[in-house]
Amino acid sequence: MILGIDTSLGTAVAVVEDDGVVRAEISSDDPLGHAEVIGSLLERALGEAALGPIGATSAPDAVAVTRVAVGMGPGPFTGLRVGIAAARAFALGRGIPVVPVVSHDAVALDVLLRDPFADVPRFGVVTDARRREFAYTVYDGLDDDGLPVRATEPALIPRDGIDERLAELGAQRRDAHAVSAAMIALVAARALAAGREIAPHDALYLRSPDVTPSAGPKRVGT
Amino acid sequence: MSEPLVLGIETSCDETGIGIVRGRTLLSNTIASSMDEHARYGGVVPEVAARAHLEALQPSIEAALAEAGVSLHDLDAVAVTSGPGLAGALMVGIGAAKALAVSLGKPLYAVNHLVGHIAADTLDTDAGPLEYPTVALLVSGGHTSLLLVRDLTTDVELLGETMDDAAGEAFDKVARILGLPYPGGPEIDRAAASGDPDAIRFPRGLSRASDLAKHRYDFSFSGLKTAVARWIEQREAAGEDFSAEDVAASFREAVVDVLVTKALAACVDHDVPRLLLGGGVIANRRLREVALARAAEQGVTVRIPPLSLCTDNGAMIAALASELIMSGRRPSTLAFGADSTLPVTEIQVAQEREEDAA
Ligand SMILES: [Zn+2]
Repeated sequence: MILGIDTSLGTAVAVVEDDGVVRAEISSDDPLGHAEVIGSLLERALGEAALGPIGATSAPDAVAVTRVAVGMGPGPFTGLRVGIAAARAFALGRGIPVVPVVSHDAVALDVLLRDPFADVPRFGVVTDARRREFAYTVYDGLDDDGLPVRATEPALIPRDGIDERLAELGAQRRDAHAVSAAMIALVAARALAAGREIAPHDALYLRSPDVTPSAGPKRVGT
Repeated sequence: MSEPLVLGIETSCDETGIGIVRGRTLLSNTIASSMDEHARYGGVVPEVAARAHLEALQPSIEAALAEAGVSLHDLDAVAVTSGPGLAGALMVGIGAAKALAVSLGKPLYAVNHLVGHIAADTLDTDAGPLEYPTVALLVSGGHTSLLLVRDLTTDVELLGETMDDAAGEAFDKVARILGLPYPGGPEIDRAAASGDPDAIRFPRGLSRASDLAKHRYDFSFSGLKTAVARWIEQREAAGEDFSAEDVAASFREAVVDVLVTKALAACVDHDVPRLLLGGGVIANRRLREVALARAAEQGVTVRIPPLSLCTDNGAMIAALASELIMSGRRPSTLAFGADSTLPVTEIQVAQEREEDAA
């Protein structure tokens, strides 16, 4: 079973079986408060997962988490780190691997699975990056492994430039205000099934720390 | 539980600290510092510190377990700093600690960083048990606090704290004025070694009679920093030479004087002949010398934990949780966050209510 965690926007935790059946999915949409809620969401998700797949009537198999899938962003840094730190620590506690996932891939998979028979045209997942910027990634359907195809890698853009950029790329705009942890886990499940590594192991900050080196002492006047 | 095995996680500033203790026995004190990354900015940059914590946590936990020769499954509890400190930095440790506790099914203790500095003393095997009450002076780049400790786990009172810069920050800023690199403490010390501490009479913040009424135990170092800058500018404007060594020594003397004077005043006022020193600035030899000499004159006994336990570290967090456990305290719930201004009276955060305890 895969534990999915994402804190790139809200805080989301899910437990998904290796074949994609969702055992538990809980989230908090609070754009702050990731550190406050992450522990309780993990505890609740594992508790609900023990009851079996959502809607199941027969006695469930025990919860045996074998991987932790985590959204590596892009997303506002302070919250994003909470999920990555939690995923790594949970995995360390169980002696299991972490599977990094691009958070936008989870949104894209959600979009593409909503109507599996529709021919979804090229689209850009757009999320808040604070400081009057958006983070965006452009997608072109699913590949043979059932994974969303990135036409561009995640990048930042000033908010008033997003529509022009997406028009240049011929992509429809899809704003996302939440990332599903079940979709994070499902992306990981598909990547694992295909034996592929599809995200970096470091957080997708996309922005250097906002600091300017000291320009020497300021005069204080006399 | 007689001697709980506790892993402590500390990420309140620029040190990623993982400590493992069994009761009052130190098994590991693993510290990864991002200090070098802050050097070019002349001070701790919160975002740089938080990024470094995220990268350092897992390898530090693994290194601490290896050093202690224990496995995560042997632990009786996980402990973490809830505050005070840099919010974004604290959150990394809290996220990791909560997930580790849930993953292992172990209790979690969320504790106060400042009280942790006092708890570091319990790990000092050469020192014998801490006697109460004691005054504690905690001085670092992040805080300058004077506390009255009646009991480590139940009763810590804030007597005073800095109203502006922490003492360690003042060292960094004055080092920069003198063109010395970061961190400023050791640099100022080196320059001061050949300087005259009485050459320039820099102001002692909040030490005038009019200030003492309201701020008897509070500190202020921002005026001192400005006084140093102004003094140098005046010399430079007049085209006069001056000795940077004298400036460093005189500045350091002003800081040390005000710290020790206020700490010993607290000892006298509260009739407490014991003073505990903690925090990274305790590494400053002049501060230790002056504190020891003046305390001896007043019949005050000074305790100083080993320096590796004075700077921010995870062992002190584990040590505090260990004391809480040994005194029968219930663990924290999972419902707490980072509290950058957590008051020192909150020794443990979000303790489970009795009726909810399993
Ligand atoms: Zn400290």
